[in-house]
Amino acid sequence: MNEITSHPNEAQATKGSFRWGRILAWIALFALLVVVALVLLQKQQGPVAVGQKAPTFTLTTFDGQQIGPEQMAGKVLLVNFWASWCKPCEQEAADLEAVWRYYQPRGDVLFLGIAWTDTESASLKYIDKFDITYPNGPDLGTSISQAYRTTGVPETYVIDKNGILTFVKLSPFTSQAEIKAAVDPLLGP
Amino acid sequence: MRNTKILLAFILILIFTVIAPRAVSAQQPTPSDDQVNEIAKQLYCPVCENIPLDVCPTTACAQWRELIRQKLADGWTEQQIKDYFVLQYGDRVLGTPPAQGINWLVYLVPPVAILVGIYILFRAFRSWKRPIPSDNLQPDNAEILKSSDPNQDEYISRLEEEVRKR
Repeated sequence: MNEITSHPNEAQATKGSFRWGRILAWIALFALLVVVALVLLQKQQGPVAVGQKAPTFTLTTFDGQQIGPEQMAGKVLLVNFWASWCKPCEQEAADLEAVWRYYQPRGDVLFLGIAWTDTESASLKYIDKFDITYPNGPDLGTSISQAYRTTGVPETYVIDKNGILTFVKLSPFTSQAEIKAAVDPLLGP
Repeated sequence: MRNTKILLAFILILIFTVIAPRAVSAQQPTPSDDQVNEIAKQLYCPVCENIPLDVCPTTACAQWRELIRQKLADGWTEQQIKDYFVLQYGDRVLGTPPAQGINWLVYLVPPVAILVGIYILFRAFRSWKRPIPSDNLQPDNAEILKSSDPNQDEYISRLEEEVRKR
């Protein structure tokens, strides 16, 4: 008679613990797959869609000013992601600034420039080069671009007074009229 | 007296020529490419994923390397520079993710998987090594023939006889 059959209780205990080990291993594997699936799902999502509530954020500008949801409330918001090393961003920089100067006196439109993965000195040179006067700041920790799920630069998001995303542009604007066409419908008379 | 003055002037000139350049270089050290790349190779810019900063050819990465050079020149340590980049651009700039939050999986899953694999192999090897109980042994062909159906034996012998006749 062999050892296994001579100690039935011990064999049963071993079998039981082995079964629990297998169950735990399967649970761990399943949990790991769920985590991987969630991460992949998040990565596969495109930018925030038009009609959705736009993510809120607080921008610390290069001159230390804090612009958060309170300052943005009740305003039409244009959020532009850019970088000094991005050549297409230069195409639209002058147009954005011109349109900003056009809307600024109204007081119900706010343009925000967010420098993505850029160095501060290079960003400041860029701002100086295009004489940009609307608030600009770095995307600290790339948290804002991650919230908007941006895919690169330049990208522009227009948000209405209720915080709903109404327009997304994943390439540079080609004219001032194009920018105005995205903002004008959101303004009152 | 005049000779003493000349000697003193000579000594002073000698001291200044030896010490002065060192003093200047201590104030404005220019970090070498190797020093910059030592840190850059541990960082990744989000623009060009999976390419370490030291070999990335984009303008963005060149700017980052220049920033590292500048910080080194300002006397920052390697850790301070890495912390600055994490603060500015997030955890994903690091080649090795910090052991926190979901990042723990990166450090836990591989060793756990290896341990589980070793355990499975150990069990498999042990089961292969264990002698098979005699009860479970398969009977050999002779035994099969012996224990087979007598009618079948008769059939086989008849068949053999027929073959012999031909």
